[in-house]
Amino acid sequence: MSAAALAFLSAGFGAGLAVIGAGLGIGKLAAAALEGSARQPTALGDIRTTMIIAAALIEGVTLFAIVVCVLLAIKAG
Amino acid sequence: MTAASLVTIALTLTLGQAHGAETPERPDAAVAHEAHGEGGHGGGLSEVLMHHVTDGHSLEYPGFCQGELAWNCELDLDEVFGTTRDDAGHAVSGPFVVQLGATTLDMTPTKHVIMMWLASLLLLVVLVGSVRRRSVVPRGLYNFFETLVQFVRTEIAIKNIGERDGDRFVPYLVSAFFFILFVNLFGLIPYAATATGNLAVTLALAVFTFLITQYAAIRAMGVGAWLKHLTGGVAVWLWPIMIPVEILGLFTKPFALTVRLFANMLAGHIVILSLLGLIYALNSQWVALGSVPMALGIFLLELFVAFVQAYIFTMLSSLFIGQGLAHHGHDEAHGEHGHAEPGMGSAGHGSHVAGASPGHG
Repeated sequence: MSAAALAFLSAGFGAGLAVIGAGLGIGKLAAAALEGSARQPTALGDIRTTMIIAAALIEGVTLFAIVVCVLLAIKAG
Repeated sequence: MTAASLVTIALTLTLGQAHGAETPERPDAAVAHEAHGEGGHGGGLSEVLMHHVTDGHSLEYPGFCQGELAWNCELDLDEVFGTTRDDAGHAVSGPFVVQLGATTLDMTPTKHVIMMWLASLLLLVVLVGSVRRRSVVPRGLYNFFETLVQFVRTEIAIKNIGERDGDRFVPYLVSAFFFILFVNLFGLIPYAATATGNLAVTLALAVFTFLITQYAAIRAMGVGAWLKHLTGGVAVWLWPIMIPVEILGLFTKPFALTVRLFANMLAGHIVILSLLGLIYALNSQWVALGSVPMALGIFLLELFVAFVQAYIFTMLSSLFIGQGLAHHGHDEAHGEHGHAEPGMGSAGHGSHVAGASPGHG
């Protein structure tokens, strides 16, 4: 396999793995948020705000990986 | 007309622009695409995509040029600002080209710089225009902006920095919030570009946060105590290991701020353009039936992400400033605890902030 082919392959794999990580992380986050707001409906507003902040932070880390994948795909040509 | 149909029309116009840019009717358009494109895969598709999201030296607008109406007339910024380039694309001379000995510094305003200027101008016009009538009971647009500024002050500045010092940093935090918000939203307008999708812009914003954080920390505890924090409270013989690690830890937070904002803005645009580019990659117009609604969905997500990223940047900036200030006056108490983690530590230190409840985990 040529270097370009390996780079494209790894870019694709990397993007998929990054999405798995983000999906798992934000899924657990949403589950905890829903359970918390079901136990204490009065805290719904605070829980929702914290959930959005934590989701943005998790997504930030995921996008580090995506940037690496995009770099691989762009520079491999 | 509903908002959804307006957005769909806007996306379809973007489609027309992408289509118009792909056919090289004019030689300078083709040269501009070739200068940007690196991989020739999928025809000119990746080049068109890169041309739309990266910085460039030309602005595009629909209008009257070369004697006919066109979807994409180009305004060459090099011509406007008088910069001449050689064949390799390097700037040779012009009022914006600075010669520093052997190297030349090309300061010609590019597309993203023009977009930042336009967004700042819009922000100034809207804010100054809405505060014309000062009254005790605010109305209209003034009311809306006062709500936002109040939100930034109460929920972000005072909650993270504390009541005593929070007001000192509100100007910077409000400026950062509104600037990032307006520049992010500007990128969603057809024919405009997202300046925060440029690593240099987000790096500059993160450097501002970094400088203000260190300035606030040094001002609060003095240079000596700040340097002592860099050693991390370990024995002297561990300093050669600890100090580089702590200095590195000092830079991870601005780095994370940079890449988070940059990648979020860039990824959204690339997804929208890729979805619309599927129509050309699969070479069938029926793909548009599925592709344009999906691109519309991602477009609405991008609207949401624009607000969230501005909020996250401002909130994390205030959190870092608050963590730096939290050591003010508490050094004696902290001496025996030592420091469990490198750098500015986790949000656990935030609980020492006077009068504020730590609502962030």
